[in-house]
Amino acid sequence: MNEKEIRQGVLTVLQELHEDIDYEEEEALVDDRILDSFDLVTLVTELGEEFDVEITAKDFIPENFNSAGRLTQLVLRLLDEG
Amino acid sequence: MFLSYPFIVFLTVLIFLYYVLPKRCQWFLLLVAGFAFYAAADIRYPPFLMATAFTVYGAALWIGRCSQKTAAYRKGPHKEGEAPSRQEKKAFRRKMEKKKKRILLLCLFLNIGILAFVKYTNFVIDNVNTVLEHTGRQELSYIDFIVPLGISFYTFQAVGYLFDVYWEKCEIQKNFLRFTLFVSFFPQLVQGPISRYSHLSQTLYGKHSFDGKNIRSGLERILYGCFKKLVIADRMGAGLHVLAEDPGHYTGGFVFVGMIFYAVQLYADFTGGIDITIGIAEMFGIQVEENFIRPYFSKNIAEYWRRWHISMGTWFRDYMFYPCSISRPVKKIAVFCKKHFGMGAARRVPVYTATMLVWLVTGLWHGARWYFVVWGLANGVILLISEELTPLYQRFHQRFPGLGGSVCYRAFQVFRTILLMSCLRLFDIYGSVRTTLRQFVHMFTQFGSHPVTGEELAGLGLSRADYVILGAGVLVLVLVSLGGRGGSVRETIRRQPYAVRYTVYVSLFFAVLLFGVYGQGYDVRQFIYNQF
Amino acid sequence: MMDIIKKAKKPAAGVISVGVFLVLFLGIQRLVVPKYADGLPEGNFTAEYYDETTDHDVILIGDCEVYENIDPICLWSEYGITSYIRGNAQQLAWQSYYMLEDTLRFETPRVVIYNVQALVHDRPQKEEYNRMTLDGMQWSPVKWKAIQASLCEEEDFLDYIFPVLRYHNRITGLQKEDFTYFHKRKKVTHNGYYMRIDVLPVSKSDVADISWLPGGEKEPAGENPGGQEDPYDIDDPWGEIEEAHADEPELQSDTITDKKRRETFGRLPMEYLDRIRRLCEEKGIRLILMKAPSLAPRWYESDNRQVVEYAERYDLPYINFYDLLEETGLDYEKDTYDGGLHMNLSGADKLTKYLGKVLAEDYHMPDHRKDPRYASIYRQKEKFYQDMITVQQAELERFGEIRSY
Repeated sequence: MNEKEIRQGVLTVLQELHEDIDYEEEEALVDDRILDSFDLVTLVTELGEEFDVEITAKDFIPENFNSAGRLTQLVLRLLDEG
Repeated sequence: MFLSYPFIVFLTVLIFLYYVLPKRCQWFLLLVAGFAFYAAADIRYPPFLMATAFTVYGAALWIGRCSQKTAAYRKGPHKEGEAPSRQEKKAFRRKMEKKKKRILLLCLFLNIGILAFVKYTNFVIDNVNTVLEHTGRQELSYIDFIVPLGISFYTFQAVGYLFDVYWEKCEIQKNFLRFTLFVSFFPQLVQGPISRYSHLSQTLYGKHSFDGKNIRSGLERILYGCFKKLVIADRMGAGLHVLAEDPGHYTGGFVFVGMIFYAVQLYADFTGGIDITIGIAEMFGIQVEENFIRPYFSKNIAEYWRRWHISMGTWFRDYMFYPCSISRPVKKIAVFCKKHFGMGAARRVPVYTATMLVWLVTGLWHGARWYFVVWGLANGVILLISEELTPLYQRFHQRFPGLGGSVCYRAFQVFRTILLMSCLRLFDIYGSVRTTLRQFVHMFTQFGSHPVTGEELAGLGLSRADYVILGAGVLVLVLVSLGGRGGSVRETIRRQPYAVRYTVYVSLFFAVLLFGVYGQGYDVRQFIYNQF
Repeated sequence: MMDIIKKAKKPAAGVISVGVFLVLFLGIQRLVVPKYADGLPEGNFTAEYYDETTDHDVILIGDCEVYENIDPICLWSEYGITSYIRGNAQQLAWQSYYMLEDTLRFETPRVVIYNVQALVHDRPQKEEYNRMTLDGMQWSPVKWKAIQASLCEEEDFLDYIFPVLRYHNRITGLQKEDFTYFHKRKKVTHNGYYMRIDVLPVSKSDVADISWLPGGEKEPAGENPGGQEDPYDIDDPWGEIEEAHADEPELQSDTITDKKRRETFGRLPMEYLDRIRRLCEEKGIRLILMKAPSLAPRWYESDNRQVVEYAERYDLPYINFYDLLEETGLDYEKDTYDGGLHMNLSGADKLTKYLGKVLAEDYHMPDHRKDPRYASIYRQKEKFYQDMITVQQAELERFGEIRSY
C-alpha cells in the first residue's frame, strides 16, 4: 500500500465516526476534543482491522491522532516496522 | 499535616537552606527534607516508599536497556556480512518487547501488590468473614498493617513513570536518588496531585535562583488554601459531622442540607490542600500541575471529571482506560460485536467495559470499602447513560436552537451537574451503602416531617456567626472562581495598585487568623473559676 | 530631590506595610484577649501587681485560698504592714514558685507566706487556669520557664507568645468590655485580694459540710457531696471540671490521687516547695507556710501531716488555720460567701487580723502607717476598697447577688 491509499483508508474510517468534519483541514482532532474517547478507541480498532496493524498504547499519543495526515504517518510506520 | 506549627518552621528553614546552599544541591536537599518529613510522620513509612522507588527505577533502567539493545541491533554498527536481515530484526525486536513486557508486569505486580496488600487485605478479610459468619465458621482476625502515608499517590506516580518508559513516552532517570525525589516529592505525598515524570522533571531537578515573585506567589496560594481549609472546610465539617452521625434525626430536608454542606466542604478541603501543595512547590520554583479547574462550573458529568481531581482522572484514562480499551482481548470482543451486533455495539462494548472497569478501580482506589466501590460504579453508569443520551440532547438542541447557548440553560446545566455529583457523594457522607440509599429516598419522602428549621441548624454546632462566615467564604470562593476564568487571579491582583494588593492579602491573612478553626475553642464557662 | 523621593518609595512602602500589619495584628490580638472585667475577674490578678509603686514587706503566694482569705488592706489599716498577694485560680506549686521569682525581680520582701493547698496537684491541670495565671505575667526568662513548666498536653508555647492564636475564636463573641478595657485593664483586686461581701452560710449550701473540718471525724473512703465519681481531680463539688474533661481521659490528675486519699504529695510540687524554701533562704526572706480553713477541697490528716513534717524538718513556721478557728473567731455561717469554700470580707478580715498580729509581734514587721511614702498611696487604696464595698452592697440590694465580681 502506498501513502495515498493509506490516507484514503484513514479518511474513510474517520468519516464513519463523524460525517460532518472536514478531516482534510483539521489539525487538532484530539486537542480540540473533536474526537472523544469513544472515537479514539473505535479508531484504533478500525484502523487496526483495516490495515492489519496493531496500534498499541505506546503510539496512543495525541500527536499521532490529531490529523488525518498524522494518522497516515502512524500507519505507515507501523506497517514498516511490521 | 501541613497546618501545624512544626511544619511551618520546617518549611521556613527548608526554603532558607534551599536558596542559600549551592543550586546543584537543591534537589538533594528536597530529597533529604522530604524523607525527614516522611520519617517524622512515621519511621516505618520510608522503607515502603524506597521499595517502590527502587523497583520502578530498576525496572525502568532494564526496559531502557532492552530498547537500546533493539536499536543497536537494528542500526549497527555490524561487522561485515553479519548485518541482520529484516526478519531477524523483527524477531529480535519482538523478543525484546516480550522481555520488556515481562519486566513491566513483574514490577507492576510488585508495586500494585504492595498497595493492594497494605490497603485492601482487611477489606477482603471483612468480606470473607461475612461469608464465614453465615456458614457459622470461625472468623478471621484483622491484620494490623501500617498504611504508609500517600501510598496510593506515590505508587501511582511511580507506576505512571514505568508505563511511560515502557511506551517510550518519557526519558529514563538514570540517577536513583533523583528518581526517588520524583516518587517522594513531599508536598505531593498527602493528597497528590499525581504528577507525570515528563512534566515534573522539567522543574524538579533544575537550578533555581531566588525569585521573590515565586515566593510571594507561592505564599499567596498557600494563604488562599489555608483560608479554604481552616475557615470554610473545617467549619463546615464540624456541622456536617453532627448531621452525618445521626442520620435518623437529620433526615428529610437535612439530607439535602448535608449534600450541599459536603459539596462545599470537600471542595474547600481538597482544593485548599492542593493549593497549599502547589504553593509550596512554587516557592521552590517547581511547577506542579493543576488538579482542579473550576469543577463546579461543569455542564455535565464528563466535563466534571475533566475538571475535578484531574491528575487522577488522566492517570486512569492514560494508564488504564486506553490501554484496556485498545488491548487485544477487548479488540477481539469489539470485532466480534461488529460482526454479530453491528457497528453500534462494536463502538460501545470496548469503551463501556473499559469505563466500568476503570470506575470500579477508581472507587476502590479511594478506599477499601463497599460504598467506595458503589460510588465508583455509579459514576461509571451515569457517565455511560449521559453518553447514551447525547443524541437525544442533540436532537433537542436542533429543535430549540439558541436555547443551548443561553445563560439560563447553561445555569441549569451547571446546577444539574452540581446536584448530581453532590448526590453521588452521599456515600461519602454516610459511609455506608445502605444508609446512603435510605437517606436518599428519605430526602424526598420525609421532606415534610423533618423540616429544616433555624433551630435545628443551630443545633448542628454552628452559630449564626459561623453561618455568616461560611456564607461569606462561599461567596469568596465563587468570586475567585469566576475571576479565574479570565486568567490567573493572582496575576490580576498583582496588576492592581499596591494598596489594593496589600489589603487583599492582609485581609485574607487575618481572616485565616481570626476565623480559622484551630486551637482550643473559647468557652467562657471553662474559665469560670468554680473550684478553688 | 525627586530622585531621592523615588528611591525612598519602595523601602518606605515596605516600612509602612510592615507597620500597618503590626498595628493591625497587635490591635486585633489585644481585642480578642479576654479582659476579665465583669463576672470573671481572676485573669487580671497577675498583671495588677506591676502597677504597684511601693514595695511590700510581705508577699503571699498561692491559690484561691490566699487571694480570697487574706486582706492586705486590713493588714495595712490594722498593723501598717505592706503586703501583696500573688495568687491565681488554682495556682500550682511551680507557678507559685515562678510567681515568687517574678516578684523578686522587683523587690525583696521580708516575709513570704505560701499557702500549701496546691501541693496536692502533681501535674498540669486545666489549660484555662494556666492562661489566667500566666497571661498577665511580664515577659522575662521567668515567664518563659513558668510556661514551660505549666504546659498542658494540648497547649503550645506559641499560643503564649501570640495569644491571638488561642483566643481568636472570641472575635465572633466580643463583649462591650473588650472595647471598654481595650487600653487599660479593669482594676479588680486590692493588693491581690479578691473581695466578696456576700454571705452563704455553710448550712444553707449543699456544696460542703461543716463536718468536713479535718481532725475528729474519720476520713471517708471517697465521698463527695454530689455523690459523683471524680477521677479527674480531688474534691470537685461542682463536678464541672470533670465534665469539662469528660472526653480527655488522658488528662489524669495526680497519679497519687485515688479518691481523695494521698499518702504522699507528688515529687513535682514538693520539688518546687523546696525551691521556694531555698530561694527564700538565699535572699534572706522568712518563709511561712499557711493553710486556709476551707471546708472544701478537703484537707486530710495525711496531707497535713506531710506539711507538718516538712515544716519541722526545715524549721518553718506553719500556720494551720483549721487549728485556729477559735482564735480567729471564724464562723462558717457568716464568714463565707460560698458555703465554706472561700471566706468573704468578714472572714478574710478575721484571718488577716490574726495573721497581722503574728507578723507584728513575732516577726516585728514595721508599721508604715506614719510613713509618707506609703500613706498617700494606701489612702487611695483604702478609698478604692471602700468604694468596692459600696458597689457590692448596692448590687446585693438590687439583685440579691453579686454579679460583676
